[in-house]
Amino acid sequence: MKEINETPLPGVGIRHDFACDSERRVGVVSHHSGRRDLIVYDRDDPDRVVETVSMSIDEARSLGTLLGGPNIVERLDDLRQQIVGLEIAWLPISPNSPLAGRPLGESEMRTRTGVSIVALLRGETAIPAPGPDDVMLADDVAVVVGTDAGIDEAARILSTARS
Amino acid sequence: MIVASTGTAGLFLELGGVLLGVAVLGRVATRWGLPSVPLYLVAGILIGDGGVVPIVPARDFIQTGAEIGVILLLLLLGLEYSGDELVGALRTGLPAGLVDLVLNFTPGYLAGALLGWDFRAALLLGGITYISSSGIIARLLSDLGSLGNRETPVVLAILVTEDLMMALYLPLMAGLLIGGSALTIGVEIGLAIAVVIVVLGIAVVFGHRLSQLVFSRSDEHLLLTLLGVALIVAGIAERVQASAAVGAFLVGIALSGPAEHAARQLLTPLKDLFAALFFVFFGLQIDPGALPPMLLAAGALAVVTAATKVATGWWSAARAGISPPGRLRAGLTLIARGEFSIVIAGIAVAEGVEADIGPLSAAYVLMLAIGGPLAAKAADPIWRKVIQRSRS
Repeated sequence: MKEINETPLPGVGIRHDFACDSERRVGVVSHHSGRRDLIVYDRDDPDRVVETVSMSIDEARSLGTLLGGPNIVERLDDLRQQIVGLEIAWLPISPNSPLAGRPLGESEMRTRTGVSIVALLRGETAIPAPGPDDVMLADDVAVVVGTDAGIDEAARILSTARS
Repeated sequence: MIVASTGTAGLFLELGGVLLGVAVLGRVATRWGLPSVPLYLVAGILIGDGGVVPIVPARDFIQTGAEIGVILLLLLLGLEYSGDELVGALRTGLPAGLVDLVLNFTPGYLAGALLGWDFRAALLLGGITYISSSGIIARLLSDLGSLGNRETPVVLAILVTEDLMMALYLPLMAGLLIGGSALTIGVEIGLAIAVVIVVLGIAVVFGHRLSQLVFSRSDEHLLLTLLGVALIVAGIAERVQASAAVGAFLVGIALSGPAEHAARQLLTPLKDLFAALFFVFFGLQIDPGALPPMLLAAGALAVVTAATKVATGWWSAARAGISPPGRLRAGLTLIARGEFSIVIAGIAVAEGVEADIGPLSAAYVLMLAIGGPLAAKAADPIWRKVIQRSRS
């Protein structure tokens, strides 16, 4: 993690900023009102902001996600690198699958393949750590963790009819 | 006018006319990128004694409105800051705050003394030249996109210290203006300042709990509670000679959390209305004929105290490790004087300590409320020119 400067701005809010390796300084002014300003400092005068982009909280959150904020994908990737043999995959649930529209428990995924479903991605939203009662819908994407062989098996189950 | 403008009708017509006129001026100000305070003053001067269209029936209402305007200005100023922010800003910004006080209070005081004024009038003029306009400057920082600049915390810390100094300065002046023997004045002032410090301490420590007590989900109840509390505390403060404005400021500091947030939204429109009346009323009391003889003195004072603010900003920013262009920006940004100089000048006029102080400070604030933002906007171009000249 980069070292981030935190500076209170009395009457306004708080400013966070840090210098990138590319020698540009960037930051965020968080207003008491909830407004967020994305700020980029001047290349020649490092005290001066050249660009300020004001955002609502929602917009700021979207940008944060794009920049890889608390991102489930990245976390899983870290995990994969730490444990040899562990694989992660994104498996779409085909409308042809008999499991589409059924609760997760019915798939008996863990028992049959050793693979865990750690999240369901549905459009813009995600269901992290779904329970056995959470329903899988057609065109959801299941984020699964397991061995290579297990994942292959899981992919087959999710895309086609039960053999 | 066809209908005789007596009683209520006259009041409505005049008040409506004043508000409408002020609204038009406000739009003009925005169009030209100017702060609205100086234009409100001009409006007041035009409709006051010796002005173009002197108003009569609405005057009493405007006067009362002006007094409420001061309360609301200071209440909202207090709402801007939480107790923690005040403590934090004081901890880091005290040396800069003291340099600011010495450099900018002294010229005003000396000018008063040179003009042969009573020492209390000179002290008031010192206050007028000392205090920058946090309203104009906050707007300026936001408009120029320099809120994120690294010199901005220095500027804000100076403004916070000035506002806190006000909380001590106003009771001090209130005590001096009552007069009496040195002993009674000393006791009065000591008592008032002690009350302010104790209440400030309570506000910082117990603010959260008090805010929960005051808070209500109903906007209506919250508005009435807040106004009631602010006016009562202001009244008590006035009674113990600590100045009503300071009482309101302390109420603002004490409020925090959801109560603070809601208070700001509910009270801002009211503040806009009554603060406008306050600036108009200050202008009302100034005879346009008294302005021209004051222009030279006001201009000289404006030039000197603009320079001392630049020096203050430069020194404080340098101390915070800001490079020269940022130091210049900090200095030029601090030049603007506005609402609080008028608050102090308003006290001077109401107490009648010195006939010239009204017109002098009106001219002075007009110059720096308009000149300050222009100077701040020119900071970077000025710096580029300096660089070019030093290279060639």
